[in-house]
Amino acid sequence: MLVVEDLAKTYPGATTPVLDGVSLSVAAGETVALTGESGSGKSTLLHLVAGLDTPEHGRIAVGGADLAPLDDAGRAALRRDRIGLVFQQFNLIPSLTVEANLAFQARLAGRTPDLGPLAARLGLSDLMRRYPEELSGGQQQRVAIGRALAAAPGLILADEPTGNLDEATGDAVLDLLMELAETTGAALLMVTHSERLAARLSRRVHLSRGRLT
Amino acid sequence: MTRLLLILVLIVAALFALSLLVGPAGFGPAQSLDALLTGRGEAVALVMREIRLPRALLGAMVGASLGLSGAALQGYLRNPLAEPGLIGISSSAALGAVIALQTGLAAAFAAALPLAALAGALVAVLLVFLLAGPRGGSLTVILAGIAISALAAALLSLVLNLSPNPFAVSETVFWMMGSLADRSFTHVWLALPFMVAGWIMLALTARGLDALTLGEDAAGSLGLSLPRLRLLVILGTAAAVGASTAVAGAIGFVGLVVPHLLRPFVDGRPGALLPASALGGAALVLAADVAVRLILPDRDLKLGVVMAFVGAPLFLHLIYKTRRATA
Repeated sequence: MLVVEDLAKTYPGATTPVLDGVSLSVAAGETVALTGESGSGKSTLLHLVAGLDTPEHGRIAVGGADLAPLDDAGRAALRRDRIGLVFQQFNLIPSLTVEANLAFQARLAGRTPDLGPLAARLGLSDLMRRYPEELSGGQQQRVAIGRALAAAPGLILADEPTGNLDEATGDAVLDLLMELAETTGAALLMVTHSERLAARLSRRVHLSRGRLT
Repeated sequence: MTRLLLILVLIVAALFALSLLVGPAGFGPAQSLDALLTGRGEAVALVMREIRLPRALLGAMVGASLGLSGAALQGYLRNPLAEPGLIGISSSAALGAVIALQTGLAAAFAAALPLAALAGALVAVLLVFLLAGPRGGSLTVILAGIAISALAAALLSLVLNLSPNPFAVSETVFWMMGSLADRSFTHVWLALPFMVAGWIMLALTARGLDALTLGEDAAGSLGLSLPRLRLLVILGTAAAVGASTAVAGAIGFVGLVVPHLLRPFVDGRPGALLPASALGGAALVLAADVAVRLILPDRDLKLGVVMAFVGAPLFLHLIYKTRRATA
């Protein structure tokens, strides 16, 4: 589902590259934890894979589609159609209800998702008419996960999705994320600081000084 | 939300009817409507169908264009002070119109003035894109717009400065004050295709503008195409406001004040603000155009002047409210 080959990136003005020859592949249904110290390039790698930034050289393909020839609009379309992103900050649209937030990305992609089963699985059925500010952190992150999954992406990218949650809530959110990835056959690449959470995924890769170990 | 739109539709319909019924000819309401619908009474029918109907239609169309564009720009630039004039469209359209007036083109054939104004708006759009670059964010668009506005204003002053004909200068100055008087269906048909194209483009931005409340990066991460959103907002504004300026001259404040007034009623949702502001803009311009005819019926009071008198106090009230809220 995701193939990354010999990826390199140096930020303007920096002397050392933040990523230096990174290669990685994640198959459909596989869950991979990406760990590493702060500043090791984890979030940069995730942003490059999502097409939010462009690499210096190297190849990225999502579901067989190469990112390099795509312009901004093309990468946005790929992100909308094939990638679900979950962040530490939940990034819910404050003026929309839970229901509208859940359907948001799918509607951008031109689909009308059947939210009933997804909302039930996420435990959000009774909260559909509420607004994000009326929800707890765990509930908000469940909405964010639901939004990423409602568009039925082949690849889920999660950047510290449990970083703002307490341990018990974080565990529940991760359970849900893994279960949904498994049932939909989506590949999951998750950045995390936590050794404990990383151990629960099917594979783990460690980024250090811009290289995978 | 639906209730708000329904109320606004009723207000627009009432003001539209009022606009049809108010004028120096002094026909009774029953006689006017009868002539409009059936064509009975030759002179009355002529006034209703050829003078008042196009005027009322243009009032609603121009107001909707200005209100909608203002709401879209405020959402896209995430700045409540943004308005259609900010990205240089109005001033460039005015420049095009003034060139047509000064060169005598406008006197040679009637459609020359609105066409020149549209050409001016088009040049402004191309310059905004050129200056802002392919990946320019909203701040670059604002800066490019301000530069183009300033340049258009300077060129406009230059044209007036060098004008050999004082009558053309006074005609130009009056035109720039904005008016719906003496417009015909030629103006309606000329502006309508551009306005409809602009309205469609701006309506397509609703979801993107909602996402943009998260900031450009987070909206982009949801798969929102920012270049496409920018294209729709700028082209849509240019088509709608360019056509408005072309047929009615420069009318300020509508695009700024209307979204401000209606924002609290849509819970700050930029997407929902679009249809509400279109209706609100139509209501405001129709009301001002009726006021123009009632306040000084014997003088040609300009719509842009009345709008500034309505807009400035409303704006002062908004400033007062904002200051109280932040105090």
